[in-house]
Amino acid sequence: MMPSDNLTTYLVIGAFLLFVGLYGMIRHRTLIGMLISVELMLAGAGVNFLAFNRFTAPDPAVGQAFTLFIMGIAAAEAAIVISLVIAVHRRFHSVDPQAIDDLRG
Amino acid sequence: MIVYRYLAECIFFGFIALIFFGGLLTVRARLLMHAVLGLAVAFIGVAGLFFHLGSPFMAMMQVLIYVGAVCVMLVFGVMVGQAPTRTGQPRLTGHNRQLAAGSCGLGFVLLTATLVRTRWAAAAERVGDFSMQHLGESFLHRFVLAFELISVILLIAILGAIIIARSPEEKTPS
Repeated sequence: MMPSDNLTTYLVIGAFLLFVGLYGMIRHRTLIGMLISVELMLAGAGVNFLAFNRFTAPDPAVGQAFTLFIMGIAAAEAAIVISLVIAVHRRFHSVDPQAIDDLRG
Repeated sequence: MIVYRYLAECIFFGFIALIFFGGLLTVRARLLMHAVLGLAVAFIGVAGLFFHLGSPFMAMMQVLIYVGAVCVMLVFGVMVGQAPTRTGQPRLTGHNRQLAAGSCGLGFVLLTATLVRTRWAAAAERVGDFSMQHLGESFLHRFVLAFELISVILLIAILGAIIIARSPEEKTPS
């Protein structure tokens, strides 16, 4: 059996994206870097959904629809996080999460 | 015909290599701009996997939404947030970084071992197919509520992003 016809190949790639994203989230010390890592983890989730959709799901439209919804949510999340980063940068003049410890409002 | 099959397999491994190097570039880059570049490369690899998984529509959407929209937005965020030449300081110290890499690698190995041992059962019978027509009908019949809610969420997100990012001293013209 070819590796591209095997469900496990895709699941391992999804797991790789998940843990690379997790490591990047720990390692990057800026808000934008953490957002980039979260996008990687979401891509891993999308790969998993489409892989199960291709190999085990009874209706192939379900996984594709769900992956498209993940993409929509991720785009909205990225837009909001970037606007938050711009607001934080304007107020604190830094995008380091350690520097943002001021809650006076 | 078998030649095309092996060619498709080679392309498949090429996409896996794109994901691998893109992911590693994303987490190991010293400049945030390089991290966004790695993210775009990894997303193109994921789009190739979607093509192999039988949904060219999702592959196109992946390129269009992630590579085209999200990565460009991230580039803007990087350029607005800080000078693109500056690295993401302060970084983790050596000990903590090894700890993070070790625990993530261990988690990956454990999850991979679990995945390889698991036997997944396919559905007994399949309804529908991978065609665009079936997907479109599902969107407008079965998932119509979620589909419309996504539009509302995107609209609210765009409005909220504009309101949050607007400069506070700027007054509304009314």
